[in-house]
Amino acid sequence: MSERILVSGNNAVARGAIQAGCKYFFGYPITPQSEIPEYMSKELPKIGGIYVQSESESGSIYMVYGGGLTGKRIMTSTSSPGLSLMAEGMSYLAEQEIPAVIVDVVRMGPGIGTGGQGAQTDYLQVTKGCGHGGYHAIVLAPASGQEIFDLMQLAFFLADKYRGPVMVITDFILGQTEEPIELRTLDFGPLPEKEWALTGKEKRGGNRVTHVAAFFTYQGILNYHMKLIEKYAEIKRAEVRYEKYLADDCDLLIVAYGSSARIARGAVDMGRAKGFKLGLFRPITLWPFPVEAIAEGASKAGRVLVVEDSQGQLVEDVEASVKGRVPVHLLGMWGRHNVGGGGIIHPERVIEEVEKLNER
Amino acid sequence: MKDKSSDVKKVTGRPGLRLQSLGMYCPGCHYGIITRVICEVIEELGVAGKAIGLAGVGCSFGGAPMTIDIDWTSCPHGRAPAMATAIKRIYPDAMVLTVQGDGDLGAIGLGCFMNALVRGENLTTVFLNNAVYGTTGGQMAPTTLLGMKTTTTPLGRDIKTNGYPLHVPELAATMRGVAYAARCTVHTPANFQRAKKSLKTAIQKQMDGIGYGIVEFVSACPPGWGLKPLECLDYISERMLEEYPLGEFKNLDKTD
Ligand SMILES: Cc1ncc(C[n+]2csc(CCOP(=O)(O)OP(=O)(O)O)c2C)c(N)n1
Ligand code: SF4
Ligand SMILES: [Mg+2]
Repeated sequence: MSERILVSGNNAVARGAIQAGCKYFFGYPITPQSEIPEYMSKELPKIGGIYVQSESESGSIYMVYGGGLTGKRIMTSTSSPGLSLMAEGMSYLAEQEIPAVIVDVVRMGPGIGTGGQGAQTDYLQVTKGCGHGGYHAIVLAPASGQEIFDLMQLAFFLADKYRGPVMVITDFILGQTEEPIELRTLDFGPLPEKEWALTGKEKRGGNRVTHVAAFFTYQGILNYHMKLIEKYAEIKRAEVRYEKYLADDCDLLIVAYGSSARIARGAVDMGRAKGFKLGLFRPITLWPFPVEAIAEGASKAGRVLVVEDSQGQLVEDVEASVKGRVPVHLLGMWGRHNVGGGGIIHPERVIEEVEKLNER
Repeated sequence: MKDKSSDVKKVTGRPGLRLQSLGMYCPGCHYGIITRVICEVIEELGVAGKAIGLAGVGCSFGGAPMTIDIDWTSCPHGRAPAMATAIKRIYPDAMVLTVQGDGDLGAIGLGCFMNALVRGENLTTVFLNNAVYGTTGGQMAPTTLLGMKTTTTPLGRDIKTNGYPLHVPELAATMRGVAYAARCTVHTPANFQRAKKSLKTAIQKQMDGIGYGIVEFVSACPPGWGLKPLECLDYISERMLEEYPLGEFKNLDKTD
């Protein structure tokens, strides 16, 4: 068995990236993710890698874009306000089909938000394409230190496989909590050569490579869009990931991702002990969204309760999946145990909500 | 009749790196001539195989990747220096060149450019000063002359509402990581030769690892200026060079 260590979620992000062969990190400080650039600035030079501190998240994403064009594994991390600044670059990465991994350690928004406090308020931004023009990034939502470490490796693989930006989304709680992780290397199989990488043409026997705006390269801009549409359809077919817990035999299906899913799992156990038939459905890919699996689970259970530490964002995708066939309830950030920034939704509060629904 | 072909000596022609492409530029635009400068310099320095070009958004963006036979990427508006930073850090032996207009570098991308200088990157930038946003139809640029009429300064640029013309190589020269900063034109044959020398020096500084090199080209934009191509040449001599003097503002053999 591989080595086991106790580290924070932010540290697991950095270690997972290095495990995946990422040697180039471009970032800008912002709470609660600064431990990631700090770790990278210390570790990457030791393995012949490079850490560059940019002047802004706009700078970070364009360094990521330039670095990605060389075909190397590249990443950045930020938190919510920084992600807004990266939105323009994300759109270009998608348009030019450049692999890169972008980590968002979410803090409560909108606006400047709350640096030292968590929430899940970036769901809509990350899943609907945070920049202009209509594109998708695969979005992975781990719920534990180990899963962060593993999904970072998967993120680099998927970025290379589908050529585009892949996001890993955590939050204050996941980023700061220390958990044991096993430092295992995951192998996802072979990948195609990166013939598109910029190297200077002498490294390719004199054949040059150019990356110009889509409307220059293709015979008709529609052909370019058809290629992306087909790629996104393929991702939806092949890459949907989720986890179910006691979900095949329940009469209330709780849907939650990330840190809220950890809380909801506790609530499922607590509820089961009281005789409530609760189950948990946890999307791991927020895009592509597990539309069919949720619809099926919801129909079986007959009722859905979405638990998310936000104003109600994930719930929109759940409602769209369920299509009105069964009632969908929401316990959002108003379920927090106090009104300050340190408030969280406790499992007890979820059970309270379940009891209210049971009385209906 | 005697075959004279052996007596014919080729004295000029299209540079080897100059790709045959569709006409990208308006009649009288100087970007085509500047393309030739770039091609000849890269050829003469023998760095085409190591060259990676980054084209800003502007008339240069459409043109450069299609006209010069090296690796290229186009860049979002103003962001070439950040992208170039990563490429050069990953491939220290590459010759990394950004080509950016005055709106691209001087307005939307000024912060990105200045921060590359702050970091002391080892890059080369061709800065195209045509005093307007050519691509979008001749609006005011940071380099627009005082009093100059553009589509967004219909009464002429005035200090009170539009501020002052921007002097990029002079500004860059104040930065410690900059090894070379110069301004040139291609509006006469003698200036064409001087421009070649400047760009060659700037690229050589990068290849020798000395530091950042920036060369501004004062360049005509007949539709943007509302002038005929020949009138533009006089406008450069009489008006543009008054505000934007030619010369080298910095030329170091070593940066610390
Ligand atoms: C973010 C963004 N804003 C605005 C534009 C529109 N735009 C395209 S080219 C251009 C001006 C370019 O001017 P300049 O850099 O001077 O280049 P020139 O066309 O004069 O060579 C603008 C504003 C854009 N492409 N992207
Ligand atoms: S608009 Fe101006 S800069 Fe653009 S191609 Fe025409 S002359 Fe050149
Ligand atoms: Mg211009």
